[in-house]
Amino acid sequence: MQIFTCPFCGPREETEFHFAAEAGKHRPEPAEEVSDADWADYLYLNDAPKGAAREVWVHATCGEFFVMTRDTVTREITDVTALPGRDG
Amino acid sequence: MTRYSAFSLLREGLRSHRGWRPAWRKARPKPAYDAIIIGGGGHGLATAYYLAKNHGMSRVAVLERGWIGGGNTGRNTTAVRSNYFYPESVALYDLALRLYEGLSQELNYNVMLSQRGMLIAAHTPAQMEICARIANAMRLNGVDGELMGAEEALRRIPLLNQTADARYKCMGGIWQGRAGVARHDAVAWGYARGASDRGVDIIENCAVERLLIEGGRITGVETSLGTIRADRVGVAAAGATPGIVAEAGVRLPIHTYALQAFVSEPVKPCLDTVLLYLGTGTYVSQSDKGEMVFGGGLDRVPTHAQKGNLPAQEVVISGLLEMFPAFGQLKLLRQWAGVVDVVPDSSPVIGPVGPEGLFINCGWGTGGFKAIPAGGWLLAHLMAKGQHHEISRPFDLDRFARGRLIDEAAGAGISH
Ligand SMILES: Cc1cc2nc3c(=O)[nH]c(=O)nc-3n(C[C@H](O)[C@H](O)[C@H](O)COP(=O)(O)OP(=O)(O)OC[C@H]3O[C@@H](n4cnc5c(N)ncnc54)[C@H](O)[C@@H]3O)c2cc1C
Ligand SMILES: [Zn+2]
Repeated sequence: MQIFTCPFCGPREETEFHFAAEAGKHRPEPAEEVSDADWADYLYLNDAPKGAAREVWVHATCGEFFVMTRDTVTREITDVTALPGRDG
Repeated sequence: MTRYSAFSLLREGLRSHRGWRPAWRKARPKPAYDAIIIGGGGHGLATAYYLAKNHGMSRVAVLERGWIGGGNTGRNTTAVRSNYFYPESVALYDLALRLYEGLSQELNYNVMLSQRGMLIAAHTPAQMEICARIANAMRLNGVDGELMGAEEALRRIPLLNQTADARYKCMGGIWQGRAGVARHDAVAWGYARGASDRGVDIIENCAVERLLIEGGRITGVETSLGTIRADRVGVAAAGATPGIVAEAGVRLPIHTYALQAFVSEPVKPCLDTVLLYLGTGTYVSQSDKGEMVFGGGLDRVPTHAQKGNLPAQEVVISGLLEMFPAFGQLKLLRQWAGVVDVVPDSSPVIGPVGPEGLFINCGWGTGGFKAIPAGGWLLAHLMAKGQHHEISRPFDLDRFARGRLIDEAAGAGISH
């Protein structure tokens, strides 16, 4: 069992968290000008990085989303940050 | 190549098995090939075999960073079946199953296909209706599938939990008689032997570090054993595929997760089908040695580490005990994990990507062992002809931009 730290609630068991998406994806706008390829890219394509990763996670217990910086091989977590505008 | 037969077994038996030769050549890389395959799992090895066999190409190399079959192919729980929902998937997985049915003969290598049947067990009337729908879809798509009632299910699997306080009673479910298990290592080794015999170089301990691209064309690969040239490269590297093709500016709809499996101590034969419980998500079969081989859902933290974590273990093991309370007495022998390449619609990605001459076969996620013969057949077709086989066409990466997903979450979301 790994312990993740929610920026709002502190250290909790990994089962309370859900992976949401890789961080840094921006919804393309305006919708009527977005090509099918760009939309598919936004919806589906990932880097699936081996090693350093920045990801958006949600702490299901409190419902807040936040950015977690971690290593996908060693499992080390180096940072958790509330999303902009929500600083704990 | 020595042909294996009852006679060769007898002969070797009489001379203390001293005459067996290695099944495939350990090759060193040549400077150039007509085609390179990255990844010596089942899909890569089958691709090499069919390139040689179906398309007469033998100047082919399979580059494997570790040992062949050491990835997911050697870590899987070996369930083979074609009980999918959509016509596209059934065409794909049933091509694989049909090839599996002749594979031991074809390769002269016993892949120990055991078509002992598989039951997907339902627990509520609503689930039974979904099962009826899938069984009907299977039949419309021309494969064997039937709705099995509770009585027949319990006759076949008498050890199932029938106690009054069972959380998930078996009401029956979908039965596919042609489903079963095969020996994973034998599939990798058999294809390797067949390919090597047709001139393919199988090169282990050779990690591809970079794709070489010149003027919009693939021209070879940079490896831990030096540069190797080819103008056709196929990537069949499961969870490592996104990292390899990133070089070529290609991004894939893949997240990588650990999927775990477990083996108990061996016991006398007591389970002669493959069983999946919809309620627990745990599935199990008994190996020829008597061990219970079982698994379930993914670890939910994306990872590239081939090891599992405790929460998923707890879910899978408690699921097994709900299904078979008697198994509570068994000791676990081993537990392990593989890094699986999961796609949002639970279907593989097969096709050309990025620079000319580059092709991929990945995204098999939790269920690509059963597809190995088809994956190899189709990637070989793509690499030889430069265009899709009609069965692989729907699985092209372009389905995401076209909105033509093949959502097999029901058929494939289960982990095997
Ligand atoms: C626990 C578990 C249980 C499973 N159960 C089932 C089941 O019951 N039924 C089923 O159908 N499927 C099952 N699967 C899924 C199945 O194992 C895979 O989908 C299938 O084996 C994928 O085969 P592959 O050849 O694509 O990948 P792999 O067998 O993983 O082969 C990819 C190879 O590429 C190599 N590679 C990676 N990077 C490089 C590089 N840079 N250079 C050179 N080589 C490289 C790797 O070392 C590896 O050997 C299971 C998987 C797991 C993990
Ligand atoms: Zn929280």
